[in-house]
Amino acid sequence: MKNVMGIILSGGRNTKLKELSTMRSSPAVPVGGKYRAIDFVLSNMVNSGITNVGVITQYSFRSLMDHLGSGKEWDLDRKNDGLFIFPPFLSDESSGWYRGTADSMYNNLTFLKRSNEEYVIISQGNCIYTTTFDDMLKTHKENDADITIAYREMSDVPIEELSNMGILQVDSNQRVIDFQEKPMHPNTLYGSLGTYMIRRELLISLLEESVAHGYYDFVLDIIIKMLPKLRVYGYKFNGYWRSISSVQMYYKCNMELLKLEVSQELLNSAKIYTKVKDEAPTKFNEEAEVKNSIVADGCIIEGTVENSVLFRGVTVKKGAIVKDSIIMQGSVVEENSTLSYAILDKNVILSKGRCLKGEENWPIIIGKNVMV
Amino acid sequence: MNLPGVDAMIKKEMIALLLAGGQGSRLGVLTKNVAKPAVLYGGKYRIIDFSLSNCINSGIDTVGVLTQYQPLKLNSHIGIGKPWDMDRIDGGVTILSPYLKAESGEWFKGTANAVYQNIHYIDKYSPEYVIILSGDHIYKMDYSKMLDFHKDNNSDATISVINVPFEEASRYGIMNCHENGNIYEFQEKPKNPKSTLASMGVYIFNWAVLREYLIKDSDSPESENDFGKNIIPEMLKDGKSMWAYQFSGYWRDVGTIQAFWESNMDLVSRVPQFNLYDSEWKIYTPNPVKSAHYIGPSACIKKSMVAEGCVVNGTVINSILFPGAIVEEGAVIEDSLIMSNSKVGRNAVIKKSIISEWVTVGANSKLGEGEDIKNEYKPNIYNSGMTVVGENAEIPEGAIIGKNVMIDIGACAEDFTSLIVESGKSVFKGGVAE
Repeated sequence: MKNVMGIILSGGRNTKLKELSTMRSSPAVPVGGKYRAIDFVLSNMVNSGITNVGVITQYSFRSLMDHLGSGKEWDLDRKNDGLFIFPPFLSDESSGWYRGTADSMYNNLTFLKRSNEEYVIISQGNCIYTTTFDDMLKTHKENDADITIAYREMSDVPIEELSNMGILQVDSNQRVIDFQEKPMHPNTLYGSLGTYMIRRELLISLLEESVAHGYYDFVLDIIIKMLPKLRVYGYKFNGYWRSISSVQMYYKCNMELLKLEVSQELLNSAKIYTKVKDEAPTKFNEEAEVKNSIVADGCIIEGTVENSVLFRGVTVKKGAIVKDSIIMQGSVVEENSTLSYAILDKNVILSKGRCLKGEENWPIIIGKNVMV
Repeated sequence: MNLPGVDAMIKKEMIALLLAGGQGSRLGVLTKNVAKPAVLYGGKYRIIDFSLSNCINSGIDTVGVLTQYQPLKLNSHIGIGKPWDMDRIDGGVTILSPYLKAESGEWFKGTANAVYQNIHYIDKYSPEYVIILSGDHIYKMDYSKMLDFHKDNNSDATISVINVPFEEASRYGIMNCHENGNIYEFQEKPKNPKSTLASMGVYIFNWAVLREYLIKDSDSPESENDFGKNIIPEMLKDGKSMWAYQFSGYWRDVGTIQAFWESNMDLVSRVPQFNLYDSEWKIYTPNPVKSAHYIGPSACIKKSMVAEGCVVNGTVINSILFPGAIVEEGAVIEDSLIMSNSKVGRNAVIKKSIISEWVTVGANSKLGEGEDIKNEYKPNIYNSGMTVVGENAEIPEGAIIGKNVMIDIGACAEDFTSLIVESGKSVFKGGVAE
């Protein structure tokens, strides 16, 4: 896939992630014990052989920039091409704020124009899935499509989540005949993955035309408006896919990683790269009782942990019981405290003997650096 | 004005030379294909990581690594020094291998000769001081404090020493010194040691002085070109200012199977003497691209360390699992090391064994059972009750393997003449010992 470049949209504000996204954008949300959400799409691109990737950011991008750095971990610190990060900026022509997804790409048109790949794959930074884009490109070419939209049957996603997605209808040739953006009443179960394949030059001209008319959204103002004029095709993706769009979806996705078939597909079918810190292996002391859990490096466990995801450097002390929970980097569960259906953000301390209990569909969240 | 030849280089106060060429033959099959510094340790590290991390944590960013024996793994492990933050424009890590010269070409004859052959590397940085290290030891040490000591005493050579039990002293080079640390005598592996201060193989020299002695030493035909045997005694004889710097932390020469296993086991005790979780003194190593480890519903893990990428469905007690190790349901692992990417099949039982990388242990097999009989092939190596399995070996399903057994690198099912391998026996690749 030498002939494809990548754009990752990591922008929009997401209030449904509550405390998890107050200090970070959704692509920077920690997932699966050691990853951030954006690692998946970035690794997918790298594993497809894409070496020219632009990440467009808008809200609270500090932690994302910190995570991505020079792109070294994804082997994207290249002499030619590599990883580029595009926060909004002020200039004669731009307002210092992206007015929509199309506008955000338009503002970085230089990047698109200076690149020389024939195709662009546009993708979202907060989706958890493992794939390569070779097959999608092949389909795109076979259909002689102008735009190919990856979609998936969303029967395993709560119905209310469909209202956060683009819902599409395809004919028997996979041509997209209808596209509803975040509909109140979705008419199919086919949800867009927010992943689009398009020729670079066509993208440039569509962006120029749209922004010139004062329209700034890639889905509403380009895809939906152009549906009758352009050859827009669907590409059906059949694998595991989750969007970190709400606390419920975040929790669900992490818990699904405890299923072997999901973790095999997501984490072991291809390499998922991430920024690593140098931690010693995890230590289990004599009292440790750990079952059905994912544990990253650098943890020290002396208590009971079941059905949970522990990020690096977590301490679970004697007599503590952790069940059905997600504990992020550096948090401490003190002696004899109990945690169930909870999400502890980074560096939380749960003091001795405390008890926190959420519900499966409504996990309790403790924000960063809090002592309970 | 810059001196000729050093104009483009930043002058370094102290640079390190790390001797990593030793075979470590008493580690048996663990060092058959790799040098001792490249042996895996502590769940994700290689032994050399400790010296290298000590360097960067002590502010030494220029390290020459002298390799000789089986350097492939070591070279690829160190690479350009990125994990230790030693990929520098000036300095950084440089692998120094033996090389051919215009008139001659030779292997490194001894530790001093290895440094002698790389005088030009050291001169390039025109350092005031050179620290000589060995890549064989497990310890955390701040070399900058030792350098302060060296400077305070106007020393020509400072040797780091550690107190060892009297009965073990005859295995080490012993420094006899006055109360203030001034060395007056050196005994190499003495029968009757006068003190218990053993040399740790960590030396700081004034470069100008060492340089002169290295050249003199290489001109002397009867010299063994060794720091302990030649350079140090020679300098003492000439009345150079030599001081012992006493180190008191955890330090292990993991030179034997027993010592190697014990030092690994030290890490799993409740409050280990040797703390790898110290954020002030991290030990660095290349991080494998692996997911966090997964512990299944039927797993039980106690008093153990588990690295990333492991999948555990069995029981693991008092053991260390290295990255990517797989323990299937019903398997029991006790007092053992399972190194990277090895797989322990269903209901296999492993006791007091060291399983190298990429080994497959067949289902229902048993390792480390039976009487403690010394190994017949190499009794001086495999005698501590540990069974050792070389990398890429395959242990057939249902095999029963005793204590002090050696399974050769790459041994496969055809190499097992019987499913029962009694204590003290060995299984060789191709059926015969080399």
